[in-house]
Amino acid sequence: MSAAKSAVRSGGGHDEGDDVGVATGQAVAGTRSVAGTRGPVLGAPLFEYLLRLGDDRLILGHRLSEWCGHGPILEEDIATANMALDLIGQAASLLQLAGEAEGQGRDEDALAYFRDGVLFRNCLMVEQPNGDFGQTMMRQFLFDAFSVLQWEALAQVSHTGVAAIAAKSLKEAKYHLRHSSGWVVRLGDGTAESQARVQRALDSVWRFTGELFGRDAVDDAVAALGIPVDQAAMKSGWDAIVDEVLARATLVRPADGPMQRGGRTGRHTEHLGHLLATMQIVARSHPGARW
Amino acid sequence: MEQKPIPGADDPALIAAFEARIASGESIEPKDWMPERYRKQLTRMMSQHAHSEIVGMLPEGNWVTRAPSLRRKMSLIAKVQDEAGHGLYIYCGAETLGVDRHDLFNQLLNGTAKYSSIFNYPTLSWADMGVIGWLVDGAAIVNQTVLAKTSYGPYARAMVRICKEENFHKRQGYEICATLASGTPAQQAMLQDAVDRIWWPSLAMFGPSDKDSPNTGELLRWKVKRKTNDELRQRFVNLTVPQAQAIGLTLPDPDLTFNAETKNWDFGEIDWAEFFDVIKGNGPCNRERLEARNTAHDDGQWIRDAATAFAAKHAKRGVEAP
Amino acid sequence: MSSTPPTPSGTPSGAPADSHWPLWEVFTQGGQGQPFSHAGSVHATDAEHAMQNARDVYARRGEAVNLWVVPSTAITASAPSDAGPFFDPGNDKAYRHPQFYKAPRGVKVL
Repeated sequence: MSAAKSAVRSGGGHDEGDDVGVATGQAVAGTRSVAGTRGPVLGAPLFEYLLRLGDDRLILGHRLSEWCGHGPILEEDIATANMALDLIGQAASLLQLAGEAEGQGRDEDALAYFRDGVLFRNCLMVEQPNGDFGQTMMRQFLFDAFSVLQWEALAQVSHTGVAAIAAKSLKEAKYHLRHSSGWVVRLGDGTAESQARVQRALDSVWRFTGELFGRDAVDDAVAALGIPVDQAAMKSGWDAIVDEVLARATLVRPADGPMQRGGRTGRHTEHLGHLLATMQIVARSHPGARW
Repeated sequence: MEQKPIPGADDPALIAAFEARIASGESIEPKDWMPERYRKQLTRMMSQHAHSEIVGMLPEGNWVTRAPSLRRKMSLIAKVQDEAGHGLYIYCGAETLGVDRHDLFNQLLNGTAKYSSIFNYPTLSWADMGVIGWLVDGAAIVNQTVLAKTSYGPYARAMVRICKEENFHKRQGYEICATLASGTPAQQAMLQDAVDRIWWPSLAMFGPSDKDSPNTGELLRWKVKRKTNDELRQRFVNLTVPQAQAIGLTLPDPDLTFNAETKNWDFGEIDWAEFFDVIKGNGPCNRERLEARNTAHDDGQWIRDAATAFAAKHAKRGVEAP
Repeated sequence: MSSTPPTPSGTPSGAPADSHWPLWEVFTQGGQGQPFSHAGSVHATDAEHAMQNARDVYARRGEAVNLWVVPSTAITASAPSDAGPFFDPGNDKAYRHPQFYKAPRGVKVL
């Protein structure tokens, strides 16, 4: 199957397609109608879009930070922490911008620590548990390849807040890609055991890759606000990066089966709730406290 | 950099020349002649120090995923990351003495090496992140500032770098404490509880009292150590008491009083039975800490093997690395 | 970047037991045009790996604009016993320094 075809193919029951409601700002007056929208109702497009960008980095950064002190070698502990720091830093800037776009006085911490899971907008891939170091690096690589393309596109947009964050983040993401692809190649072309392990990791995470290239009403709406970035159009660039690295890693690219989606509209896997329970426990136990 | 013991080592003339160099303030470099005992003592001190940095990642790593704000989360990750870096600098320094990191690691993993007893206590609340930064890193800085003048060059250089980086650890710790101290009643209680638990173990970090440290004389003569355990401990108490007062904390020691004559803060006796018990492996978390290190090491084996195999294949083929 | 993996130190033949990775010395350049100086060392399997480890370990605080990594085994150091013959002869050659030479009175720039 060609890469382009696979990008539009969607299987399974999780596909939200374009069928999401975007808030119009009109209050529902009078009697409540029993007939609602088919998809979940989302907030203002710019807010939603910034949450998608920010939550991807926040959740992935959090997952990487779980490795802190438990890495396979001392040098790698430091490298993983560096990537976590970059990602959480990006998330903080993006969520701050999201809070400003929303205009309800919420800052990045309010958004990170006082939203429930269904209000998170990260893709499903980043919330998956770390597994072993090979699984973590494979997930990282697949996300990094996407992230570099996404920042490259965002660095060009006319929305100055987004473009500024993108320009800085692009440098970080490029290094992450260099690091994670290095490990994918080393593990793929390492021992028989490591090859089998990362091939399994690749096969298992593949079902979450389709969601990265989704496009819906939020994307269309922010295009009019100076962010005309089309994730779907990044698929061929991503394919090229992934194919080149997998070839060097002597790994087999999985066939595009049914793809799991839903994170962009708050329909997550069960893993996110547990991650948030840990992440938010202290902040939520002391509402209104400063830290 | 393989170091072989020199035949006929520890001949009195060589030792005299060595001690004369130390006395004149020269620093000893890896290839210089040194008494075997000096090499041994330094290897022991540096590896214990490095192990402490590595095990020290665990109690704080325990709160990385629960840090209550993004800013705190990032500074805690950066701090734990620094500890990995500091462990690494010191291991590299120790390797110049002719041991290798792999062997030192194994001694840590099989429980034969010692590390700072403080890390065998659990971290039970977010306030521990503040108090560890303030007291534990504070104590470490007192110790390391002096070690930066130690006679062995590679150790001293590692310490200079580490001291520069570690100042942020103590400041971020004290900032957390000050914020909690001026926070809600629950935050204040959390902070005081952490101080009550961590104060005595931080004093114990300086090691046994001078009368129970048989090596001190030799280590001071060779300028490996520049101050005794008790001198450093007193300096730490003197520095710390005003900091506790500034944010309204009480320290859990009824004997703590200012001695107008010596200008020192006198303090009560450390529970040495507990100290030696923790050193022996019976502290609240000794087992968990070693298990965590062993699990990380064992789980990483296939990763390290793969990287080695990859490098070997590509060295043979003479092609580019990834 | 081309890689010239070193022979793992202390393991003369075959794969090192228990993945004992070779040691690399790291040199950092603090600013454009400045000299490279020794920062420390890292363990790594190959040059690219060493480069990445060096970046993460020794340039976390913006300490470097360039990095060199060199297999530790490739460094030849002068021996302490050579210190006399190597370096003392350089100590008494005052004529190698500009202060050795007198300028005529009144010449401000030379």
